[in-house]
Amino acid sequence: MSSDGFVTVKSKDLDSNMATNLLSGAKILLNCLVQEGVECMFGYPGGVTLPLYDALYEHQIRHVLVRHEQNAAFAAQGYARTTGKVGVCCATSGPGATNLVTGLVDAMMDSVPIVAITGQVSNKLMGSDAFQEADTFGITRSATKHNFLVKNVADLPQIIHEAFYIAASGRPGPVLVDITKDVFQAQAHYAPVTEIHLPGYRVFSEGHVGQIRRAAQMMWEAERPFVYAGGGIIAANAHDELRELVETLDAPTVCTLMGLGVLPYDHPRFISMPGMHGSYAANMGMTHTDLIIALGVRFDDRVTGRLNAFAPHAKVIHVDVDPAEIGKNRYADLPIVGNAKKVLPKLTAALKELKPEMEGRKAGARAEWRGQIQAWKEENPLVPVRSETEIKPQHLMAEIDRLSGGRAIIASDVGQHQMWSAQLIRYNEPRLWINSGGLGSMGFGLPAAIGCQFARPDKLVFAIVGDGGFQMSIPELATIANHALPIKIIVMNNGYLGMVRQWQELFYNNRLSQVELTSFPDPEKLAGAYGFKGSTVEDVKEMPRVLEEAVRASGPYLLNVKVSSFENVFPMVPAGGALNEMVLRPPQPVEV
Amino acid sequence: MQQVISLLMENKPGALMRVTGLLSQRGYNIESLTVARTTDPTLSRMTITVDVEANIRAQVIKQMNKLINVLQATDATDGPAVNRELILLRVRTLQGTRTAVLKEAEIFGARVVDSTAEGFALEATGDSEKLDEFVDAMRSYGEIDISRSGIVSMPLDGKKLRLSAPVPLGAAPEEVLEFEEAELG
Repeated sequence: MSSDGFVTVKSKDLDSNMATNLLSGAKILLNCLVQEGVECMFGYPGGVTLPLYDALYEHQIRHVLVRHEQNAAFAAQGYARTTGKVGVCCATSGPGATNLVTGLVDAMMDSVPIVAITGQVSNKLMGSDAFQEADTFGITRSATKHNFLVKNVADLPQIIHEAFYIAASGRPGPVLVDITKDVFQAQAHYAPVTEIHLPGYRVFSEGHVGQIRRAAQMMWEAERPFVYAGGGIIAANAHDELRELVETLDAPTVCTLMGLGVLPYDHPRFISMPGMHGSYAANMGMTHTDLIIALGVRFDDRVTGRLNAFAPHAKVIHVDVDPAEIGKNRYADLPIVGNAKKVLPKLTAALKELKPEMEGRKAGARAEWRGQIQAWKEENPLVPVRSETEIKPQHLMAEIDRLSGGRAIIASDVGQHQMWSAQLIRYNEPRLWINSGGLGSMGFGLPAAIGCQFARPDKLVFAIVGDGGFQMSIPELATIANHALPIKIIVMNNGYLGMVRQWQELFYNNRLSQVELTSFPDPEKLAGAYGFKGSTVEDVKEMPRVLEEAVRASGPYLLNVKVSSFENVFPMVPAGGALNEMVLRPPQPVEV
Repeated sequence: MQQVISLLMENKPGALMRVTGLLSQRGYNIESLTVARTTDPTLSRMTITVDVEANIRAQVIKQMNKLINVLQATDATDGPAVNRELILLRVRTLQGTRTAVLKEAEIFGARVVDSTAEGFALEATGDSEKLDEFVDAMRSYGEIDISRSGIVSMPLDGKKLRLSAPVPLGAAPEEVLEFEEAELG
């Protein structure tokens, strides 16, 4: 960008007819994507996007052909979650667009910046039940942060740049641009856009100076301060700033499922994840603190348990970029609306300024509090269950953790394996733990891993999936084979939809209804059919070696790990329970 | 209790749907809704009457303010605002009661907009309660049909409308804006 704020684009990057500067809408769209720094997009072509795919032929933007549009959205998310850049996916009208919807809602729930481009039937056919017509604009209204319908090529450049701006700024989220076939085909003079004007779109970033100072005071006055950090810290790239704040206050810290990695696992003040499957120390800390310092979190029901019993002794400082999150679930005694990247350094500076005067006042109580947290950690640590005779799923996670060393990218599906991966694998950096938190979309893990591996070809990427979710994403084995992506697909195969089975066992009198998954395909033959290696391991003594071989093998690997079928995730706060009512371990059989 | 929400928004396709979607996704029924453009043809002012539980209200307004097409959403239920409604009413009346109908209409400040041998079409404006009384009064003279506009609201507080300035393309996607404590409710 030049100093006057205008973007200068190298002429070789832009496809233009110099004599007339007349371009098709499809080429204008690609020029805008180049200008936004898009290098890679995930999609699936169709009738109305033919002109776009014609323009993409031999274009510099890499287009990854997935095998189902839903997976284009998940792969774009994997790309975005790994890099922090806007992920891009593309689908045709009608079924192509409707297949994207789950991926869009998923991105909405987890605040992931993606832009979805969909084709729409020609202007004159709209509303006539034309072939492959769907009301994409209407359908995706509530599935996106914002969406656009483009019927006039003159509007296209402005809208594309607005879409990227909205997706990436403030609280990030998915934006869909529905483009009619006429627009792709129309010829127009292309003048690059120089500014974005969205008068009704307010982005809050700095935080209120007075509130920040009061927050710092409250922190020093607290006897049992407790930092509750989440995905907002990752979205703002504010992990270093968080660490400095935590160290200045020397306060125990939990990271939510979406925030794992913002504080390194081995940091002395890191406890673990709070909530339904959080650790004993995290939930006890949350219950007994007198000040919650909530940073980029939304007091989700899976974190709070029964809301009126949540953190009963605590005042709340709530920092969030989205004013609508403040006070939504839990009253905030002191709200700060702003971007964590801007607000946290100011909070730390205010803490440091007040430190000489205030640090000593509650120092004894705070030291005792840190000791108490440590005692809770030791009392009921998160340790993987192991067995001599069978592979416990927790044992599998511990072995994956050993091979990852806190550095691999772990893209997880949804279910028991997701919770064990969150509990037992270390994440020493942000953007290593990639999972569908808010929406909990089965079928997320494998396509997300594809996006992660394209974003970070240098990284070891695991797709940890259950036997249920894996079977929702089998088509993408072709995409993995196609690009020889060295993803390590680890199927934690317990023969059940484990999490649903766990609830049926605990809350529905063990009536296991429609949760048994039989006829799992032979992984060696399945992977072999796609041209890469696969195997099954059942023997607990063999498992560490086989896992290591799979990781060390070049190229993709499908490892089916047969784990014990009836293992349950603990600790567990029953739905509607308070955090301190957690069940720590399965009921032990009584000897008679 | 009915809540009156006044919105200033961009006059764009789909903007109405985004606002009403926030209510319908929570299962709220919209009692009335009026929308028309302002002196600036790119903007519309909308008034919605809806029954929202007291504890959800602030949240709904905040979510409306988050919509990209919405410039400002305010709660006009108790705040300083003028709330008015228009009614068009057709009454069938017999020859003998025509004069009485006209006298009654005058009391409510209603105007005759059409007159036939079967009766009158009347137009009245006022607050909703007054129009309810007008409807009751007219019903005693004969069969009626009505069409009401729903509440049209004009907030009177001096809260300054703050709009976002243009941002150069490629600039850091963060604007320097401080959220006022007062707005946090």
